[in-house]
Amino acid sequence: MIELNINGRTQQVDADPDTPLLYVLRGQLGLNGAKFGCGLGQCGACTVIVDGNAVFSCITPISALGTRAVRTVEGLGTIDNPGPMQRAFIEEQAAQCGYCIPGMMMRAQAMLERNPNVSEAEIRKTMGVNLCRCGTHMRILKAVGRAANAMKSAKGST
Amino acid sequence: VLVLLCAIAGAACSTRTVIDSGAPAATTAFPKDRIAKGATLAAIGDCASCHTAKDGKPYAGGFPVSTPFGTVYGTNLTPDPATGLGRWSEAEFRRALREGIGDHGEHLYPAFPYDHFTLLHDDDIGALYAFLMTRDPVRNEVPANTVIVPRAFVAVWKKLYFHPGEFRADPSRDPRLVRGEYLAESLGHCGACHTPRNKLGAEKKDEAYAGGEVGGWHAPALNAGSTSPARWTADAMTAYLSTGIADDHAIAAGPMAGVTRNLGHVPKDDVEAIAAYAVSLNSGGSGARAAPARRAAAGDRADSDVNGARIYAGACGDCHDRGRAADGGALPLQLAIAPTLPVPSNLIHIVRDGIVPQAGERSRWMPSFAGTLTDAEMTDLVTFLRANSGYPPWTGVPAAVREAKQARE
Repeated sequence: MIELNINGRTQQVDADPDTPLLYVLRGQLGLNGAKFGCGLGQCGACTVIVDGNAVFSCITPISALGTRAVRTVEGLGTIDNPGPMQRAFIEEQAAQCGYCIPGMMMRAQAMLERNPNVSEAEIRKTMGVNLCRCGTHMRILKAVGRAANAMKSAKGST
Repeated sequence: VLVLLCAIAGAACSTRTVIDSGAPAATTAFPKDRIAKGATLAAIGDCASCHTAKDGKPYAGGFPVSTPFGTVYGTNLTPDPATGLGRWSEAEFRRALREGIGDHGEHLYPAFPYDHFTLLHDDDIGALYAFLMTRDPVRNEVPANTVIVPRAFVAVWKKLYFHPGEFRADPSRDPRLVRGEYLAESLGHCGACHTPRNKLGAEKKDEAYAGGEVGGWHAPALNAGSTSPARWTADAMTAYLSTGIADDHAIAAGPMAGVTRNLGHVPKDDVEAIAAYAVSLNSGGSGARAAPARRAAAGDRADSDVNGARIYAGACGDCHDRGRAADGGALPLQLAIAPTLPVPSNLIHIVRDGIVPQAGERSRWMPSFAGTLTDAEMTDLVTFLRANSGYPPWTGVPAAVREAKQARE
Protein backbone atom coordinates (compact mmCIF):
# COMPACT_ATOMS: atom_id res chain seq x y z
CA MET A 1 0.00 0.00 0.00
CA ILE A 2 1.19 3.51 -0.81
CA GLU A 3 -0.05 6.50 1.14
CA LEU A 4 -1.00 9.63 -0.77
CA ASN A 5 -2.18 13.05 0.35
CA ILE A 6 -5.06 14.01 -1.96
CA ASN A 7 -7.12 17.16 -1.46
CA GLY A 8 -6.09 17.30 2.19
CA ARG A 9 -6.97 13.67 2.99
CA THR A 10 -4.60 10.76 3.42
CA GLN A 11 -5.53 7.90 1.09
CA GLN A 12 -4.16 4.39 0.91
CA VAL A 13 -3.80 3.00 -2.58
CA ASP A 14 -2.82 -0.43 -3.77
CA ALA A 15 -0.82 0.01 -6.96
CA ASP A 16 2.63 -0.47 -8.41
CA PRO A 17 4.98 2.40 -7.48
CA ASP A 18 5.45 3.35 -11.11
CA THR A 19 1.70 3.74 -11.74
CA PRO A 20 0.88 7.21 -13.00
CA LEU A 21 -1.04 9.33 -10.51
CA LEU A 22 -3.81 9.89 -13.05
CA TYR A 23 -4.71 6.19 -13.15
CA VAL A 24 -4.92 6.06 -9.37
CA LEU A 25 -7.04 9.20 -9.16
CA ARG A 26 -9.53 7.98 -11.74
CA GLY A 27 -9.39 4.21 -11.34
CA GLN A 28 -9.09 3.80 -7.60
CA LEU A 29 -10.16 7.01 -5.90
CA GLY A 30 -13.11 7.92 -8.12
CA LEU A 31 -11.72 11.40 -8.74
CA ASN A 32 -12.64 11.73 -12.40
CA GLY A 33 -12.01 15.46 -12.78
CA ALA A 34 -8.52 15.02 -14.21
CA LYS A 35 -8.81 13.60 -17.72
CA PHE A 36 -6.74 11.20 -19.80
CA GLY A 37 -5.89 13.05 -23.00
CA CYS A 38 -2.61 11.91 -24.53
CA GLY A 39 -0.91 10.03 -21.72
CA LEU A 40 2.37 11.65 -22.80
CA GLY A 41 2.46 14.95 -20.94
CA GLN A 42 1.66 16.84 -24.10
CA CYS A 43 -1.92 18.08 -23.74
CA GLY A 44 -2.51 19.08 -20.12
CA ALA A 45 -5.96 17.50 -19.64
CA CYS A 46 -4.59 15.55 -16.64
CA THR A 47 -3.05 18.57 -14.87
CA VAL A 48 -3.21 18.59 -11.08
CA ILE A 49 -1.35 20.59 -8.44
CA VAL A 50 1.47 19.01 -6.44
CA ASP A 51 2.90 21.21 -3.69
CA GLY A 52 1.85 24.34 -5.55
CA ASN A 53 3.16 23.27 -8.97
CA ALA A 54 0.97 22.32 -11.91
CA VAL A 55 2.06 18.86 -13.05
CA PHE A 56 0.88 16.32 -15.60
CA SER A 57 -0.58 13.48 -13.53
CA CYS A 58 -0.32 11.07 -16.47
CA ILE A 59 3.48 11.10 -16.28
CA THR A 60 3.84 11.41 -12.51
CA PRO A 61 4.48 8.01 -10.94
CA ILE A 62 2.89 7.72 -7.48
CA SER A 63 6.25 6.70 -6.03
CA ALA A 64 7.48 10.20 -6.85
CA LEU A 65 4.86 11.90 -4.67
CA GLY A 66 5.84 10.90 -1.13
CA THR A 67 3.93 13.05 1.32
CA ARG A 68 3.56 15.97 -1.05
CA ALA A 69 0.07 17.53 -1.20
CA VAL A 70 -1.88 16.69 -4.35
CA ARG A 71 -4.88 18.80 -5.32
CA THR A 72 -7.35 17.98 -8.05
CA VAL A 73 -10.20 20.03 -9.46
CA GLU A 74 -12.49 18.37 -6.92
CA GLY A 75 -10.45 20.17 -4.26
CA LEU A 76 -11.24 23.63 -5.64
CA GLY A 77 -14.92 23.60 -4.63
CA THR A 78 -18.21 21.75 -4.95
CA ILE A 79 -21.21 21.98 -7.26
CA ASP A 80 -23.09 23.90 -4.57
CA ASN A 81 -20.14 25.99 -3.56
CA PRO A 82 -17.68 26.39 -6.45
CA GLY A 83 -14.33 28.02 -5.77
CA PRO A 84 -13.34 31.33 -7.40
CA MET A 85 -11.64 29.58 -10.31
CA GLN A 86 -14.62 27.34 -11.02
CA ARG A 87 -17.03 30.28 -10.61
CA ALA A 88 -15.05 32.32 -13.15
CA PHE A 89 -15.14 29.49 -15.70
CA ILE A 90 -18.93 29.14 -15.22
CA GLU A 91 -19.49 32.88 -15.49
CA GLU A 92 -17.47 33.11 -18.69
CA GLN A 93 -19.04 29.88 -20.01
CA ALA A 94 -15.51 28.84 -20.90
CA ALA A 95 -16.24 25.15 -21.54
CA GLN A 96 -17.45 23.74 -24.82
CA CYS A 97 -16.85 19.98 -24.65
CA GLY A 98 -15.16 20.59 -21.29
CA TYR A 99 -12.55 17.87 -21.55
CA CYS A 100 -9.57 20.20 -21.11
CA ILE A 101 -11.20 22.44 -18.52
CA PRO A 102 -10.20 20.71 -15.24
CA GLY A 103 -6.57 20.79 -16.40
CA MET A 104 -6.92 24.41 -17.45
CA MET A 105 -8.34 25.35 -14.07
CA MET A 106 -5.60 23.56 -12.15
CA ARG A 107 -2.79 25.18 -14.14
CA ALA A 108 -4.43 28.60 -13.73
CA GLN A 109 -4.99 27.99 -10.02
CA ALA A 110 -1.31 27.13 -9.44
CA MET A 111 -0.27 30.26 -11.33
CA LEU A 112 -2.62 32.60 -9.45
CA GLU A 113 -1.81 31.17 -6.04
CA ARG A 114 1.79 32.03 -6.72
CA ASN A 115 0.92 35.50 -7.99
CA PRO A 116 -2.60 36.81 -8.65
CA ASN A 117 -1.16 39.97 -10.28
CA VAL A 118 -0.35 38.34 -13.59
CA SER A 119 -0.35 40.12 -16.93
CA GLU A 120 -2.29 38.91 -19.94
CA ALA A 121 1.04 37.90 -21.51
CA GLU A 122 1.98 35.81 -18.49
CA ILE A 123 -1.42 34.10 -18.52
CA ARG A 124 -1.00 33.23 -22.18
CA LYS A 125 2.53 31.93 -21.67
CA THR A 126 1.62 29.78 -18.67
CA MET A 127 -1.61 28.43 -20.15
CA GLY A 128 0.05 27.69 -23.50
CA VAL A 129 1.08 24.31 -22.15
CA ASN A 130 -2.57 23.13 -21.99
CA LEU A 131 -4.37 22.41 -25.24
CA CYS A 132 -8.06 22.92 -26.11
CA ARG A 133 -9.35 21.48 -29.36
CA CYS A 134 -12.79 23.11 -29.34
CA GLY A 135 -11.35 26.58 -29.59
CA THR A 136 -12.65 28.28 -26.47
CA HIS A 137 -9.23 29.77 -25.80
CA MET A 138 -10.50 33.34 -25.67
CA ARG A 139 -13.12 32.45 -23.07
CA ILE A 140 -10.60 30.45 -21.09
CA LEU A 141 -8.27 33.47 -21.03
CA LYS A 142 -11.15 35.69 -19.91
CA ALA A 143 -12.11 33.21 -17.21
CA VAL A 144 -8.55 33.09 -15.89
CA GLY A 145 -8.47 36.90 -15.90
CA ARG A 146 -11.75 36.99 -14.01
CA ALA A 147 -10.47 34.46 -11.48
CA ALA A 148 -7.33 36.57 -11.02
CA ASN A 149 -9.44 39.62 -10.18
CA ALA A 150 -11.59 37.60 -7.80
CA MET A 151 -8.55 36.16 -6.04
CA LYS A 152 -6.89 39.59 -5.87
CA SER A 153 -9.90 41.21 -4.24
CA ALA A 154 -10.31 38.24 -1.89
CA LYS A 155 -6.70 38.72 -0.86
CA GLY A 156 -7.23 42.46 -0.47
CA SER A 157 -10.29 42.07 1.77
CA THR A 158 -8.64 39.78 4.29
CA VAL B 1 56.87 38.85 -14.45
CA LEU B 2 54.29 41.53 -13.81
CA VAL B 3 56.74 44.17 -14.99
CA LEU B 4 57.36 42.18 -18.13
CA LEU B 5 53.63 41.76 -18.77
CA CYS B 6 53.13 45.48 -18.33
CA ALA B 7 55.96 46.17 -20.69
CA ILE B 8 54.38 43.95 -23.31
CA ALA B 9 51.02 45.57 -22.65
CA GLY B 10 52.59 49.01 -22.94
CA ALA B 11 54.22 48.13 -26.21
CA ALA B 12 50.97 46.86 -27.58
CA CYS B 13 49.08 49.90 -26.31
CA SER B 14 51.38 52.26 -28.08
CA THR B 15 50.48 50.74 -31.42
CA ARG B 16 46.77 51.28 -31.00
CA THR B 17 45.31 53.98 -33.12
CA VAL B 18 41.97 55.48 -33.93
CA ILE B 19 41.15 55.06 -37.57
CA ASP B 20 39.75 58.35 -38.82
CA SER B 21 39.77 57.56 -42.47
CA GLY B 22 36.41 56.88 -43.96
CA ALA B 23 32.97 57.82 -42.73
CA PRO B 24 30.22 55.26 -42.41
CA ALA B 25 28.67 54.50 -45.76
CA ALA B 26 25.17 55.67 -46.58
CA THR B 27 22.76 52.76 -46.35
CA THR B 28 21.65 53.25 -49.93
CA ALA B 29 25.19 52.34 -50.98
CA PHE B 30 24.59 48.64 -50.29
CA PRO B 31 23.18 46.45 -53.07
CA LYS B 32 20.44 44.05 -52.04
CA ASP B 33 22.47 40.91 -52.75
CA ARG B 34 25.29 42.15 -50.47
CA ILE B 35 22.81 42.68 -47.67
CA ALA B 36 21.29 39.24 -48.25
CA LYS B 37 24.72 37.64 -48.19
CA GLY B 38 25.46 39.47 -44.95
CA ALA B 39 22.21 38.19 -43.46
CA THR B 40 23.23 34.61 -44.22
CA LEU B 41 26.66 35.17 -42.73
CA ALA B 42 25.19 36.76 -39.60
CA ALA B 43 22.98 33.68 -39.19
CA ILE B 44 25.99 31.37 -39.55
CA GLY B 45 27.80 33.46 -36.95
CA ASP B 46 24.83 33.26 -34.57
CA CYS B 47 25.54 36.96 -33.96
CA ALA B 48 21.99 37.62 -32.79
CA SER B 49 22.33 35.29 -29.80
CA CYS B 50 24.91 37.39 -27.97
CA HIS B 51 23.88 40.74 -29.45
CA THR B 52 20.16 40.57 -28.60
CA ALA B 53 18.85 40.97 -25.05
CA LYS B 54 16.01 38.80 -23.78
CA ASP B 55 12.85 40.29 -25.30
CA GLY B 56 15.01 42.99 -26.90
CA LYS B 57 15.20 44.23 -30.48
CA PRO B 58 17.38 42.06 -32.74
CA TYR B 59 21.07 43.07 -32.74
CA ALA B 60 20.42 45.95 -30.32
CA GLY B 61 22.75 44.42 -27.70
CA GLY B 62 22.51 43.94 -23.95
CA PHE B 63 22.73 40.15 -23.69
CA PRO B 64 24.90 39.21 -20.69
CA VAL B 65 27.73 36.81 -21.54
CA SER B 66 29.08 35.53 -18.25
CA THR B 67 32.74 34.58 -18.17
CA PRO B 68 34.97 33.53 -15.27
CA PHE B 69 36.31 37.09 -15.34
CA GLY B 70 32.99 38.93 -15.17
CA THR B 71 30.05 39.71 -17.40
CA VAL B 72 30.47 41.14 -20.89
CA TYR B 73 27.37 42.59 -22.53
CA GLY B 74 26.82 42.04 -26.23
CA THR B 75 27.11 45.43 -27.92
CA ASN B 76 24.50 47.22 -30.01
CA LEU B 77 25.17 46.30 -33.65
CA THR B 78 22.36 48.38 -35.12
CA PRO B 79 23.45 51.55 -36.95
CA ASP B 80 22.35 53.94 -34.19
CA PRO B 81 25.04 56.68 -34.16
CA ALA B 82 25.06 57.21 -30.39
CA THR B 83 24.84 53.65 -29.04
CA GLY B 84 25.44 51.36 -32.01
CA LEU B 85 27.61 51.06 -35.10
CA GLY B 86 26.21 54.21 -36.74
CA ARG B 87 29.55 56.02 -36.75
CA TRP B 88 31.67 52.99 -37.60
CA SER B 89 33.42 52.90 -40.94
CA GLU B 90 33.88 49.59 -42.69
CA ALA B 91 37.60 49.80 -41.90
CA GLU B 92 36.86 50.09 -38.18
CA PHE B 93 34.40 47.20 -38.41
CA ARG B 94 36.98 45.07 -40.21
CA ARG B 95 39.62 45.89 -37.60
CA ALA B 96 37.27 44.83 -34.78
CA LEU B 97 36.67 41.46 -36.38
CA ARG B 98 40.19 40.87 -37.56
CA GLU B 99 42.23 42.41 -34.73
CA GLY B 100 39.87 42.67 -31.78
CA ILE B 101 40.17 46.45 -31.54
CA GLY B 102 37.26 48.82 -30.92
CA ASP B 103 36.51 52.12 -32.62
CA HIS B 104 38.39 54.08 -29.94
CA GLY B 105 41.43 51.89 -30.45
CA GLU B 106 40.73 49.88 -27.30
CA HIS B 107 41.35 46.16 -27.00
CA LEU B 108 38.12 44.17 -27.07
CA TYR B 109 37.53 41.40 -24.59
CA PRO B 110 37.80 38.02 -26.30
CA ALA B 111 34.28 37.09 -25.22
CA PHE B 112 33.78 38.59 -28.67
CA PRO B 113 35.36 35.69 -30.57
CA TYR B 114 37.70 37.63 -32.82
CA ASP B 115 40.16 34.78 -32.43
CA HIS B 116 37.79 33.10 -34.93
CA PHE B 117 36.54 36.11 -36.87
CA THR B 118 40.09 37.09 -37.77
CA LEU B 119 39.94 34.27 -40.34
CA LEU B 120 37.15 35.99 -42.30
CA HIS B 121 37.67 37.07 -45.88
CA ASP B 122 37.40 40.82 -46.50
CA ASP B 123 34.49 40.33 -48.85
CA ASP B 124 32.49 38.53 -46.16
CA ILE B 125 33.29 41.21 -43.62
CA GLY B 126 32.00 43.77 -46.13
CA ALA B 127 28.75 41.82 -46.56
CA LEU B 128 28.26 41.60 -42.79
CA TYR B 129 28.85 45.34 -42.57
CA ALA B 130 26.26 45.94 -45.30
CA PHE B 131 23.74 43.78 -43.45
CA LEU B 132 24.25 45.41 -40.06
CA MET B 133 24.32 48.99 -41.38
CA THR B 134 20.94 48.45 -43.04
CA ARG B 135 19.14 47.26 -39.86
CA ASP B 136 16.71 49.64 -38.17
CA PRO B 137 18.78 51.80 -35.85
CA VAL B 138 17.86 51.19 -32.21
CA ARG B 139 19.00 53.54 -29.48
CA ASN B 140 20.06 51.18 -26.71
CA GLU B 141 22.86 51.86 -24.27
CA VAL B 142 24.00 48.44 -23.08
CA PRO B 143 25.04 47.95 -19.43
CA ALA B 144 28.72 48.44 -18.58
CA ASN B 145 30.84 45.28 -18.51
CA THR B 146 31.82 43.98 -15.09
CA VAL B 147 35.06 42.34 -16.19
CA ILE B 148 37.77 42.62 -13.53
CA VAL B 149 40.63 42.47 -16.04
CA PRO B 150 41.81 45.86 -17.34
CA ARG B 151 41.73 46.20 -21.09
CA ALA B 152 45.49 46.73 -21.22
CA PHE B 153 45.97 43.15 -20.12
CA VAL B 154 43.96 41.98 -23.08
CA ALA B 155 47.02 43.04 -25.08
CA VAL B 156 49.06 40.51 -23.12
CA TRP B 157 46.41 37.87 -23.66
CA LYS B 158 46.51 38.58 -27.37
CA LYS B 159 50.28 38.23 -27.46
CA LEU B 160 49.94 34.82 -25.87
CA TYR B 161 46.88 33.36 -27.59
CA PHE B 162 45.67 35.45 -30.51
CA HIS B 163 46.97 34.75 -34.00
CA PRO B 164 45.47 37.25 -36.42
CA GLY B 165 45.27 36.40 -40.07
CA GLU B 166 42.87 35.51 -42.82
CA PHE B 167 41.87 31.89 -43.52
CA ARG B 168 44.04 30.16 -46.11
CA ALA B 169 42.65 27.15 -47.92
CA ASP B 170 44.67 24.09 -48.73
CA PRO B 171 43.90 23.79 -52.47
CA SER B 172 44.44 20.04 -52.48
CA ARG B 173 41.47 19.38 -50.19
CA ASP B 174 37.82 18.71 -51.02
CA PRO B 175 36.33 22.17 -51.67
CA ARG B 176 33.23 21.38 -49.62
CA LEU B 177 35.33 20.50 -46.58
CA VAL B 178 37.37 23.65 -47.10
CA ARG B 179 34.20 25.74 -47.23
CA GLY B 180 32.92 23.98 -44.11
CA GLU B 181 36.18 24.52 -42.29
CA TYR B 182 36.23 28.19 -43.23
CA LEU B 183 32.67 28.78 -42.02
CA ALA B 184 33.01 26.68 -38.87
CA GLU B 185 36.39 28.06 -37.84
CA SER B 186 35.68 31.71 -38.64
CA LEU B 187 32.10 32.95 -38.30
CA GLY B 188 30.65 29.75 -36.92
CA HIS B 189 33.17 29.90 -34.03
CA CYS B 190 32.14 26.34 -33.08
CA GLY B 191 35.32 25.93 -31.07
CA ALA B 192 34.35 28.84 -28.80
CA CYS B 193 32.03 26.40 -27.00
CA HIS B 194 33.14 22.94 -28.11
CA THR B 195 36.85 23.40 -27.30
CA PRO B 196 37.86 23.51 -23.63
CA ARG B 197 39.47 26.71 -22.35
CA ASN B 198 42.50 27.24 -20.14
CA LYS B 199 42.62 29.29 -16.93
CA LEU B 200 43.04 32.50 -18.88
CA GLY B 201 40.00 31.75 -21.00
CA ALA B 202 41.85 30.84 -24.19
CA GLU B 203 40.90 27.80 -26.21
CA LYS B 204 43.28 24.89 -25.70
CA LYS B 205 44.34 24.42 -29.29
CA ASP B 206 45.88 21.04 -28.58
CA GLU B 207 42.49 19.83 -27.34
CA ALA B 208 40.43 21.27 -30.18
CA TYR B 209 36.81 20.13 -30.09
CA ALA B 210 37.30 17.96 -27.01
CA GLY B 211 34.14 19.46 -25.45
CA GLY B 212 33.66 22.62 -23.38
CA GLU B 213 31.36 24.35 -20.93
CA VAL B 214 29.01 27.21 -21.76
CA GLY B 215 26.27 28.86 -19.73
CA GLY B 216 25.77 25.87 -17.45
CA TRP B 217 25.67 23.42 -20.39
CA HIS B 218 28.28 21.03 -21.69
CA ALA B 219 29.12 21.47 -25.38
CA PRO B 220 29.88 17.87 -26.38
CA ALA B 221 33.14 16.73 -27.90
CA LEU B 222 33.12 16.73 -31.70
CA ASN B 223 36.50 15.04 -32.07
CA ALA B 224 37.38 11.38 -31.59
CA GLY B 225 36.39 11.80 -27.94
CA SER B 226 32.71 12.04 -28.91
CA THR B 227 30.54 9.77 -26.78
CA SER B 228 27.59 9.90 -29.16
CA PRO B 229 26.04 6.41 -29.04
CA ALA B 230 25.23 6.55 -32.76
CA ARG B 231 27.98 7.69 -35.09
CA TRP B 232 27.18 11.02 -36.72
CA THR B 233 26.90 11.09 -40.49
CA ALA B 234 27.03 14.21 -42.65
CA ASP B 235 23.31 13.80 -43.44
CA ALA B 236 22.31 13.50 -39.79
CA MET B 237 24.49 16.49 -38.91
CA THR B 238 22.95 18.55 -41.73
CA ALA B 239 19.46 17.72 -40.46
CA TYR B 240 20.50 18.56 -36.90
CA LEU B 241 22.12 21.87 -37.77
CA SER B 242 19.33 23.08 -40.02
CA THR B 243 16.28 21.85 -38.04
CA GLY B 244 17.56 21.25 -34.52
CA ILE B 245 16.51 17.60 -34.68
CA ALA B 246 18.38 14.51 -35.85
CA ASP B 247 16.22 11.42 -35.50
CA ASP B 248 18.77 9.04 -34.03
CA HIS B 249 20.71 11.60 -32.06
CA ALA B 250 19.40 14.63 -30.40
CA ILE B 251 17.31 17.74 -30.22
CA ALA B 252 19.29 20.96 -29.97
CA ALA B 253 18.88 22.51 -26.54
CA GLY B 254 20.54 25.15 -24.39
CA PRO B 255 22.82 27.55 -26.26
CA MET B 256 22.79 25.25 -29.32
CA ALA B 257 19.06 25.84 -29.87
CA GLY B 258 19.75 29.40 -31.04
CA VAL B 259 22.54 28.20 -33.32
CA THR B 260 20.31 25.71 -35.13
CA ARG B 261 17.44 28.20 -35.27
CA ASN B 262 19.75 30.59 -37.13
CA LEU B 263 21.20 27.91 -39.38
CA GLY B 264 17.63 27.11 -40.46
CA HIS B 265 17.83 30.34 -42.49
CA VAL B 266 21.13 29.47 -44.17
CA PRO B 267 21.31 27.97 -47.70
CA LYS B 268 21.56 24.20 -47.61
CA ASP B 269 24.96 23.89 -49.28
CA ASP B 270 26.61 26.01 -46.59
CA VAL B 271 24.99 23.95 -43.82
CA GLU B 272 26.06 20.76 -45.60
CA ALA B 273 29.61 22.09 -45.79
CA ILE B 274 29.67 22.89 -42.06
CA ALA B 275 28.16 19.47 -41.31
CA ALA B 276 30.73 17.67 -43.47
CA TYR B 277 33.53 19.49 -41.66
CA ALA B 278 32.03 18.84 -38.22
CA VAL B 279 31.71 15.13 -38.94
CA SER B 280 35.27 15.02 -40.32
CA LEU B 281 36.58 16.17 -36.92
CA ASN B 282 35.83 12.66 -35.64
CA SER B 283 37.33 10.82 -38.61
CA GLY B 284 39.74 9.05 -36.28
CA GLY B 285 36.95 7.84 -34.01
CA SER B 286 36.21 4.20 -33.56
CA GLY B 287 32.60 4.45 -34.71
CA ALA B 288 29.52 3.56 -32.74
CA ARG B 289 30.29 2.41 -29.25
CA ALA B 290 29.71 -1.16 -28.24
CA ALA B 291 26.36 -1.62 -26.56
CA PRO B 292 26.76 -0.71 -22.90
CA ALA B 293 26.84 -3.47 -20.38
CA ARG B 294 23.30 -4.19 -19.20
CA ARG B 295 22.48 -3.42 -15.64
CA ALA B 296 22.54 -5.90 -12.86
CA ALA B 297 19.33 -7.77 -12.07
CA ALA B 298 16.77 -5.80 -10.11
CA GLY B 299 17.60 -7.61 -6.87
CA ASP B 300 21.18 -6.32 -6.91
CA ARG B 301 20.27 -2.70 -7.35
CA ALA B 302 20.71 0.01 -4.76
CA ASP B 303 17.54 1.69 -3.42
CA SER B 304 18.22 4.87 -5.35
CA ASP B 305 18.60 2.82 -8.52
CA VAL B 306 15.27 1.06 -7.93
CA ASN B 307 13.67 4.42 -7.32
CA GLY B 308 15.25 5.85 -10.47
CA ALA B 309 13.97 2.90 -12.49
CA ARG B 310 10.44 3.40 -11.14
CA ILE B 311 10.49 7.08 -11.96
CA TYR B 312 11.77 6.25 -15.42
CA ALA B 313 8.99 3.71 -15.96
CA GLY B 314 6.26 6.03 -14.71
CA ALA B 315 7.46 9.36 -16.06
CA CYS B 316 9.70 8.72 -19.08
CA GLY B 317 9.07 5.30 -20.56
CA ASP B 318 5.68 6.03 -22.11
CA CYS B 319 7.36 8.28 -24.68
CA HIS B 320 10.98 7.10 -24.71
CA ASP B 321 10.18 3.40 -25.06
CA ARG B 322 7.47 3.59 -27.69
CA GLY B 323 9.76 4.03 -30.66
CA ARG B 324 10.69 7.23 -32.45
CA ALA B 325 8.24 6.64 -35.31
CA ALA B 326 5.14 6.31 -33.11
CA ASP B 327 2.91 9.26 -32.29
CA GLY B 328 4.60 11.05 -29.40
CA GLY B 329 7.57 8.71 -29.70
CA ALA B 330 10.74 10.20 -28.25
CA LEU B 331 14.41 9.32 -28.66
CA PRO B 332 15.20 5.89 -27.18
CA LEU B 333 17.58 6.75 -24.37
CA GLN B 334 20.16 4.19 -25.52
CA LEU B 335 20.74 6.66 -28.36
CA ALA B 336 20.76 9.81 -26.23
CA ILE B 337 24.06 11.58 -25.73
CA ALA B 338 23.21 13.50 -22.53
CA PRO B 339 23.68 10.45 -20.21
CA THR B 340 27.10 9.75 -21.80
CA LEU B 341 28.65 13.19 -21.30
CA PRO B 342 31.35 13.84 -18.69
CA VAL B 343 29.02 16.01 -16.57
CA PRO B 344 25.31 15.65 -15.73
CA SER B 345 24.30 19.27 -16.43
CA ASN B 346 22.69 18.74 -19.85
CA LEU B 347 20.61 15.77 -18.73
CA ILE B 348 19.44 17.65 -15.64
CA HIS B 349 18.51 20.75 -17.63
CA ILE B 350 16.45 18.70 -20.07
CA VAL B 351 14.64 16.68 -17.39
CA ARG B 352 13.96 19.79 -15.31
CA ASP B 353 12.89 22.21 -17.98
CA GLY B 354 11.80 19.96 -20.82
CA ILE B 355 12.05 21.06 -24.41
CA VAL B 356 9.71 23.91 -25.17
CA PRO B 357 9.09 25.21 -28.67
CA GLN B 358 9.56 28.88 -29.42
CA ALA B 359 6.37 30.69 -30.34
CA GLY B 360 5.51 29.88 -33.94
CA GLU B 361 8.05 27.08 -34.19
CA ARG B 362 7.37 23.61 -35.55
CA SER B 363 6.58 21.22 -32.72
CA ARG B 364 9.28 19.67 -30.59
CA TRP B 365 8.24 19.09 -27.08
CA MET B 366 9.16 17.42 -23.89
CA PRO B 367 7.31 18.29 -20.70
CA SER B 368 9.16 19.88 -17.80
CA PHE B 369 9.54 17.69 -14.73
CA ALA B 370 10.62 20.53 -12.44
CA GLY B 371 7.39 20.48 -10.41
CA THR B 372 6.87 16.74 -10.74
CA LEU B 373 10.09 15.47 -9.24
CA THR B 374 11.80 16.54 -6.04
CA ASP B 375 15.54 17.21 -6.07
CA ALA B 376 16.16 13.78 -4.56
CA GLU B 377 14.02 12.08 -7.21
CA MET B 378 15.71 14.03 -9.98
CA THR B 379 19.05 12.83 -8.57
CA ASP B 380 17.87 9.21 -8.50
CA LEU B 381 16.53 9.39 -12.05
CA VAL B 382 19.68 11.01 -13.45
CA THR B 383 21.88 8.51 -11.59
CA PHE B 384 19.82 5.63 -12.99
CA LEU B 385 20.04 6.95 -16.57
CA ARG B 386 23.79 7.37 -16.23
CA ALA B 387 24.17 3.82 -14.93
CA ASN B 388 22.09 2.53 -17.85
CA SER B 389 24.36 4.30 -20.33
CA GLY B 390 27.19 2.01 -19.28
CA TYR B 391 29.50 4.87 -18.25
CA PRO B 392 30.99 5.20 -14.75
CA PRO B 393 28.81 7.15 -12.28
CA TRP B 394 28.90 10.93 -12.16
CA THR B 395 30.01 12.58 -8.96
CA GLY B 396 28.19 15.59 -7.55
CA VAL B 397 24.75 14.93 -9.08
CA PRO B 398 22.81 16.45 -6.11
CA ALA B 399 24.88 19.65 -6.34
CA ALA B 400 24.35 19.80 -10.09
CA VAL B 401 20.58 19.42 -9.56
CA ARG B 402 20.63 22.35 -7.12
CA GLU B 403 22.72 24.42 -9.50
CA ALA B 404 20.36 23.82 -12.44
CA LYS B 405 17.44 24.83 -10.22
CA GLN B 406 19.13 28.06 -9.13
CA ALA B 407 19.96 28.90 -12.73
CA ARG B 408 16.22 28.97 -13.47
CA GLU B 409 15.10 30.88 -10.39
